[in-house]
Amino acid sequence: MNEANTHVEPVLRATGLVKRFGGLMAVNDVNMEIYPGEVVALAGDNGAGKSTLIKMISGVYRPDGGHIYLDNQEITMASPLAARGLGIETIYQDLALCENLDATVNIFLGREPTKRLLGIFKQVDRAHMLAESNKVLERLDIKIPNLRRPIRQMSGGQRQAVAIARAVYWNARLVIMDEPTAALGVPEQRKVHELIKTLKTQNVPVILISHNLQDIFAVADRIIVMRRGQKVGDVRAAEVTDDEIVSLMVGSG
Amino acid sequence: MGVNSNQSHSRHAWLETISRIWAWLFLLAMVLFFSIAGEGFFTPFNLQAILANMAILTIIAMGQTYVIISGGIDLSAGWVMGMAAVISATVMNSLPETLPMWLVVLSGLLTGLIAAWIAGLVNGILIARLNVPPFIATLGMFGIARGIGFLLSGGMPVPIYIKGIGFLGNGFLAYYHPNVGWSFLAPPAGLAQADLRNLTGYFPFVVIVMLALLLVAHLVLSRTKFGLHTYAIGGNKEAAMRAGIPVSRRLVSIYMLSATFAAFAGLIYNVRFTNGAANAGEAMLLDTVAAVVIGGASLFGGAGTVIGTLIGALIISVLANGLVIMRVNPFWQFIAVGIVIIIAVLIDQARAQFAQE
Repeated sequence: MNEANTHVEPVLRATGLVKRFGGLMAVNDVNMEIYPGEVVALAGDNGAGKSTLIKMISGVYRPDGGHIYLDNQEITMASPLAARGLGIETIYQDLALCENLDATVNIFLGREPTKRLLGIFKQVDRAHMLAESNKVLERLDIKIPNLRRPIRQMSGGQRQAVAIARAVYWNARLVIMDEPTAALGVPEQRKVHELIKTLKTQNVPVILISHNLQDIFAVADRIIVMRRGQKVGDVRAAEVTDDEIVSLMVGSG
Repeated sequence: MGVNSNQSHSRHAWLETISRIWAWLFLLAMVLFFSIAGEGFFTPFNLQAILANMAILTIIAMGQTYVIISGGIDLSAGWVMGMAAVISATVMNSLPETLPMWLVVLSGLLTGLIAAWIAGLVNGILIARLNVPPFIATLGMFGIARGIGFLLSGGMPVPIYIKGIGFLGNGFLAYYHPNVGWSFLAPPAGLAQADLRNLTGYFPFVVIVMLALLLVAHLVLSRTKFGLHTYAIGGNKEAAMRAGIPVSRRLVSIYMLSATFAAFAGLIYNVRFTNGAANAGEAMLLDTVAAVVIGGASLFGGAGTVIGTLIGALIISVLANGLVIMRVNPFWQFIAVGIVIIIAVLIDQARAQFAQE
């Protein structure tokens, strides 16, 4: 990472974000920028405000104060769907996949392509879904042998891959991942790290919420640390140690 | 993993295939058994009688299939059918005699549908927007539709006075008599009473209607966005919502669809039995759910097919018919169906376990 970054426009910029719940200040005057091709980790202990901050960026909550800019245009999002429409894709901790359906259906869930049968009957274009799913999975270098199997027959890592493929297929401007490796074994965690790096090569910025310092140092370019609703650190991953991150998180020193 | 894994792998694959097609095999075995052991089972008359008698069950079960796949259940379908049957019978009776038959039947169907749609809409809104669990909401509608049906009919079946309506319900597309040959849409004229024994009908009208509805149900469920969304909602309602699927709207449509099938079943009842009775569908609840479950649906939602439900309905109907042919006490069919349901669920659970490994 070099100083040339300051001449590139951030994909997402948030200024003075505030969120209150009753008397509690969950997020207190937070600024952040995300640049193209960056992986930014959002670290902090429980209750630090990272989830709330992310939910404002992904359209779940309306900020009580502050502004959000996407590609320098101010945006307001009425719902997660609106965020998705703007290109902000969120991969939830539970992946939000339908286990009983196959990978192709999950990738196109809610956005199924149709074709007309005999000129009148609108049917779902499964062939198109299969072809496109194959393409996007190949682009991400993900190998899933049989795309027609229900997702529940896949490993945790493969399911993560499908969730990520879904975000990528729809040309996300920004991908938000919430604890992506929480339920995965070590080899699968590595696979997720590779996928995040692939997103980087596609110039898609990623915001990663994680408790897991290994994850953070494996993929993040920059680490934003939150504590008690405020941003207490915004550092390059290469310039900091895990102890320093931990002390920022818990507030010692 | 070692040498044994190959053996257990192919054994698993074999068992997995069996668990998927067991219902078909069971049906085939029953048909073979009754054909050989029973007299008069495998004849055009009897086979078609089975299909005609299962029309009502199958049609309602189609609606129940969608509801169960979506993760719910419709306990009210049988009573909505009865209510629709009473209303359509009453309307048909009240129309002037000069009206052509098709218009009378259509009017009856439409009024039955409208009444059913109101019930389905109420079910759907309670479930989708007011978060009432489907079991409770449809249990409430069970009572309401039953009450309305009995109130409107005065507690007695409403006889339908339209001349020839029974022919729609019991007639065939084509008839064959060895002496007279073929005739279409009506039995050959001038046949003596004694000769009627040798008259065979082909393609009962109600079976044609049932097959048409089956085809529509199958195409919509397997090929349209609506069908796919039904599976998605049953699989993971939260994921469906986050993906932008209008879950509430879909659920309302699903319960109205179930009511639609119930209304069609009500009309079939009208034309087969020439009356409309509030309790016409009283016995349908267990059998329709059984058909759907035997057909491979999970009561937790997310799985099931129209063809599977058809096989389930066939198993139930062939069993009932076969026991009569074999002169076994027909009450045994209830025990048999109960056992088949349990077997169906056990096999499904075993299959889920295999998938995990």
